Amino acid sequence: MAATYRTPAGASLTEALVQEIRQDFPLLAQEVNGHPLAYLDSGATSQNPLQVLDAERNFYLGANSAVHRGAHTLAVEATEAFEEARRTLAGFIGAREEEIVWTSNATEAVNLLTYSLGNASQGLGGPQAAPYALGPGDEIVTTEQEHHANIIPWQVLAARTGATLRYIPVTDQGLIDYEAAQNIIGESTRILAFTHVSNVAGSITDVDYLVSLARKVGALTLLDACQSAPHLPLDLAQLDVDFAVLSAHKMLGPTGIGALYGKAQHLDALPPFLTGGSMITKVTMTEAQWMPAPTKFEAGTQRVSQAVAWAEAIRYLDHLGMENVQAWEAQLGQQLAAGIQEIPGARLIGPAPGQERAGLAAFHLEGVHPHDVGQFLDQTGLAVRVGHHCAQPLHRALGITASTRASSYIYNTPAEIDRFLQELAKVRPYFGYSS
Amino acid sequence: MSGLEQLYQQIILEHSKQRSGEGLLDPQGQAAATNHQYNPTCGDEINLRVILSSDQKSIESISWEGDGCSISMAAASVLSDMAPGMSLTDFQALIDDFREMLRSRGQIQPDEEVLGDAAAFAGVSKFVARVKCAMLSWVAAEEASKEAAQASA
Ligand SMILES: Cc1ncc(COP(=O)(O)O)c(C=O)c1O
Repeated sequence: MAATYRTPAGASLTEALVQEIRQDFPLLAQEVNGHPLAYLDSGATSQNPLQVLDAERNFYLGANSAVHRGAHTLAVEATEAFEEARRTLAGFIGAREEEIVWTSNATEAVNLLTYSLGNASQGLGGPQAAPYALGPGDEIVTTEQEHHANIIPWQVLAARTGATLRYIPVTDQGLIDYEAAQNIIGESTRILAFTHVSNVAGSITDVDYLVSLARKVGALTLLDACQSAPHLPLDLAQLDVDFAVLSAHKMLGPTGIGALYGKAQHLDALPPFLTGGSMITKVTMTEAQWMPAPTKFEAGTQRVSQAVAWAEAIRYLDHLGMENVQAWEAQLGQQLAAGIQEIPGARLIGPAPGQERAGLAAFHLEGVHPHDVGQFLDQTGLAVRVGHHCAQPLHRALGITASTRASSYIYNTPAEIDRFLQELAKVRPYFGYSS
Repeated sequence: MSGLEQLYQQIILEHSKQRSGEGLLDPQGQAAATNHQYNPTCGDEINLRVILSSDQKSIESISWEGDGCSISMAAASVLSDMAPGMSLTDFQALIDDFREMLRSRGQIQPDEEVLGDAAAFAGVSKFVARVKCAMLSWVAAEEASKEAAQASA
């Protein structure tokens, strides 16, 4: 059953079209604390349109059964829907279907890779996997800007293998210091892991540049596409990264599913992380042979309904057109950055107004703790994120422990951003600071 | 009163800016203990020291350093004002009452006779996400007072 849409395909987004889009998200129509909800926390998790909810429900109503495990008609239909979802995601991010591995979320995707590399370092996977082995003297490089999901798995892998973890620092604004990157990435670098769009700074990374530094020294690259895949056109083949991770719940899809992208040559060579049913060919009492990638990495019963729902979310985004999504959010991001900059005592993190930024902005308000900022805004129906946003090293580098973040998506309007800015201007006076 | 005013009583706003007890005091030979508490969800942090009187039966002073929201900073400040001179038994009873009030989801009317300025935190109990902020320094004080008493026993 193909979904129907209220908006014409590929139209640039306008306030009128966004009002139509909002009809697909009934959750947004509610009141919170006596005010209309303005949901400005899509960077943490996005909302699901009716089309996505219907797709998941329809799957359960008509096709639910075990995939890759049966010969009956429903099992075949479910398997087809599951693999169709994989093709849909692959097409959306410039990948081939065998390069997509389903995971629970982006965090698990990074862990899948780091554990697989750890296993390779211990000799699992034989000679084919040996080139991926890490040991003392090898360096893993990430950045100070990362989400913890792209830091801690590398810390653990370094601890397991004896490799060293190094960081590309950030500037005073919280931006990747590209000049420093040049000196950090060197002959010992084996892996370079970095985010595409910062979930705090809102900056968009110069992927081509970092990939070129890694290529020069033969290092593998991992791109954290959690905050880019939902918001801008993504072509992983063109970006030429070796691996990438993303989560469905940040792009109009359900929780519980994410993906690891890996170039076919790597996924073919690397050993599995989780093992068990579904990922094997022949099993004896002493050993097992693995299926080819990506099945090798998908042990146990898979998240079939979530995959189906995620594919519907992707079709929804495709229908809008990612260039249009990006343009709309760029406008909201600029409105946020410029407005925050105007507020006495506010320190904007990330690119200055007028410079390229995604549709989000985080800031520190002098004298008022983010928790109090968030509470004040919540009382007026504004949902924003406060805290360290799973990026403690970045906050520490900026000399703060926490910040407040407003993040937008296709269903947010300039009027909502205005409301946010108006309320934000009242926060410091409320807590006793005269501008 | 709006929800916000129930939470941010004037006493709380004042204490969050004019803070009592901020800056760790030197025990100068008296029995003392220091406890560190951290709230991983928001990064609020406190390092709090309890110094006992020379007979080791009551609280001489509470001092602390920390970083956090207005609720957590005000709670530390109020406690620093209230505790000096209290017997260890009364001090523990005060902490128990405060905890009970905060966990009551707005059900317990505070007894201002007993809780004094700490009664201002009654509104916090309706904001479940903020209870931990108010408790942070009080938990640190509870731990530190027990440790100081044990060490001196
Ligand atoms: C940049 C970035 N990376 C990784 C993650 C982790 O995503 P998940 O929690 O879905 O695994 C997030 C989400 O907060 C993120 O914003």
